[in-house]
Amino acid sequence: MVDVDPPGAEQRAQQPLLQMRGIVKEFPGARALDGVDLEVRPGEVHCLLGQNGAGKSTLIKVLAGAHQPTAGEVLLDGEPVTIPDPVAALGLGIATIYQELDVVDGLTVAENIYLGHELARGGVTRRSDAARNTREILKRLGHPEISPHREVGSLPAAGKQIVSLARALSRDARVVVMDEPSAVLDSEEVENLHRIVRELTADGVAVIYISHRLEEIRQLGHRITVIKDGRTVATSLSVADTPTDELIKLMTGRAVEYSFPKRPGVPEDAAPVLEVSDLGLGDVFSDVSLTVRAGEIVGLAGLVGSGRSEILETIYGARRATSGTVRMGGKRLRPGVHAAVAAGMGLCPEERKSQGLLLDEPVYRNITLSSFARLAHGGWLDEGAERAAAREQVEALELRPASVDREARTLSGGNQQKALLARWLVHGCRVLLLDEPTRGVDVGARSEIYNLIRRLADDGAAVIVVSSEIPEVLGLADRVLVISDGRTVHDSPADDIDEHRVLDLVMEGSVS
Amino acid sequence: MSGRSALSGPALRMGGLVLALILLCVVGIATTGGRFASAGNITTILSLAAVTGVVSIGMTFVITAGGIDLSVGSVLGLATVWASTLSTQYMAEDYGWWVMVVTALAVGLAAGLINGALVAYGKVPAFMATLAMLAAAKGLAELIAGRQTQRVEVDPFLDVFRADLLGLPVIVWIFVVVAAAGWFLLNRTTFGRRTVAVGGNPEAARLAGIKIKRHTLYLYGLTGLTAGIGAVMMLARTTAGSSTTGTLLELDVIAAVVVGGTLLAGGRGTITGTVLGVLIFSTLTNVFILNNIDSSVQAIAKGAIIVGAVLLQQWFAAREKSTST
Repeated sequence: MVDVDPPGAEQRAQQPLLQMRGIVKEFPGARALDGVDLEVRPGEVHCLLGQNGAGKSTLIKVLAGAHQPTAGEVLLDGEPVTIPDPVAALGLGIATIYQELDVVDGLTVAENIYLGHELARGGVTRRSDAARNTREILKRLGHPEISPHREVGSLPAAGKQIVSLARALSRDARVVVMDEPSAVLDSEEVENLHRIVRELTADGVAVIYISHRLEEIRQLGHRITVIKDGRTVATSLSVADTPTDELIKLMTGRAVEYSFPKRPGVPEDAAPVLEVSDLGLGDVFSDVSLTVRAGEIVGLAGLVGSGRSEILETIYGARRATSGTVRMGGKRLRPGVHAAVAAGMGLCPEERKSQGLLLDEPVYRNITLSSFARLAHGGWLDEGAERAAAREQVEALELRPASVDREARTLSGGNQQKALLARWLVHGCRVLLLDEPTRGVDVGARSEIYNLIRRLADDGAAVIVVSSEIPEVLGLADRVLVISDGRTVHDSPADDIDEHRVLDLVMEGSVS
Repeated sequence: MSGRSALSGPALRMGGLVLALILLCVVGIATTGGRFASAGNITTILSLAAVTGVVSIGMTFVITAGGIDLSVGSVLGLATVWASTLSTQYMAEDYGWWVMVVTALAVGLAAGLINGALVAYGKVPAFMATLAMLAAAKGLAELIAGRQTQRVEVDPFLDVFRADLLGLPVIVWIFVVVAAAGWFLLNRTTFGRRTVAVGGNPEAARLAGIKIKRHTLYLYGLTGLTAGIGAVMMLARTTAGSSTTGTLLELDVIAAVVVGGTLLAGGRGTITGTVLGVLIFSTLTNVFILNNIDSSVQAIAKGAIIVGAVLLQQWFAAREKSTST
């Protein structure tokens, strides 16, 4: 019998290399993935598209063995596989290059590449072999100039990314997952990255590529899978045949509609409380100007890395501005957090646990931390007054459980956020800066937080909200600023802009 | 229910320390009888504990704030030397014994503030800054004293600090007063609350508007000051100043603080625990001496106690976490 080889080979090439079917991932109180399908062929660049919080990161963590799916199956070459941990993922030929590059700064390039699978004989590393292989891999990646003996900490971000890629290649990876790899690179480095990705795919490696830059997806990608609210809404679309408009439409319009409180409207004559003019911070952001009036909520929308969090922290004095001024009630603020707090400003930071709370301390001590000027007398604490002030806020904010003595650690995300809000309420803040106020807050508690924020504004506070979730910014704020690459690209009342337009601005505006 | 478990954690730890102390006393009485339980011996134990105790109170603050001060022993030595130089003693003869006290306190405070400035504003890791101070203070003390032991000849000074008050030596009373002051400072003042905050989560403390650099400066100043107080007590006890005084004291102090239940990582501190920790170690030393046991064995026992106490702490911490979440 004669084998009909050529068509058979072609068929095999179209056989999916990796399939994920009906992946579900539940966290306590939240369903991050609710049935995701993904099919990747060898030699293709498969783009994963979705808004922040859609579940992209969770999905790639499942693939990398960092999360275990609650349901669903992963197939490699048509065979079901389990990925219990990151080492197993690498063993299967699945390598992930995270946005936060996971290289060890203090080790050399070669040591990083062979970290965890050192070339060794009898416990002694074979340094020359490792160096030789490293040189080969780096040459393949188009970077023969990087010495295997160079300390990784001395490399720029692009160099570290190359090292991460080299590590993947040293493992003979067949599937390489890249999470927003171009976000940290300048345009010339992006070119090189694209070249490398093309070479990898020419060798039959499958690349799963996450990017918010539509232009980049058009240049590089073959097929697109769109995820929204933890579900696949479109799978394996052809990049060439799908218009931008349709992609954005697929990403927006969510299944879960949040309810937002009514905007009472800010009177025209309301006094400006916070005035920021031409604020800049090195090359992170520049020329940011905004005014917030009493009772007004201003929302900042933008991608991760656009500079929105840094803008808040600089207004707050936690970062030292390189240009511009911040005024409160017409008076220029002195630098430093202490001056901002003393003037009546409060920040609820993005990372509540690591930046906001004293987890081992009782709730009331977390709430009163910034109000000793009022609650202590000449350096002596008045715990009675502290508890009373905290209890008042716990009741007003309906913090649950309604105890001021529990350790902050034991509270849920939403209640931890309430405790931080309570801190600034006790302090009597006139300006509140909220960075991702509903991150890690389950859906039920979200509207509660929204209502609270609106109530604070109604009571006369000037509020700035930063969020990755565009509907949140649009639904909550009176006025919206869109930030892209450290610049304000849009500033209008919230009613004058929609989700579609914001996405268009941040995605196209960020093309390098 | 949860309120009870939050209460019982520290209470249980204190109970364990008290139990250990009682156990030691029982062993002391069982092995040496009346010799251990006599009023004279109790006074000896307390006098032994007093100097380490005072410095441990200061150290409790630094460790609670997530720092460390390795220089306390050699700063204490330097302070004894500086306060007992001939010129200081002449001045003390002329103006009064307080000159020696002020000198010792000033030396301790100054060294502490230098440590604090290096850590807070120079961003030098506390371990390195205070290690450098350990070496430098010792060298300076040797230079000043010319490696000689300087006898304290100011009788009024000795009269005041070697006296008994209500049946106990004055230096024991100093320990009592410093411990009480430390307890109030940690538990009843904004300074103490801020110390816990800085140790528990420095970033959160900073974003809450606490001036953490200035606070850090004060913390090391405080520890230096307690080393200065310890120097005064040491001068009284040994009637001499020497650059070797206080050598390795930092180890006893850190051990007492950590065994007492203050977290080495910061964020939780207890003065009561520190006092109990100091008493446990001085009682242990006393029991061993009364039984004529070699000091090398003593050192091994100390090591075992430190390891045991830290293991227990880990166990408590793990248990608390599993019950609270």
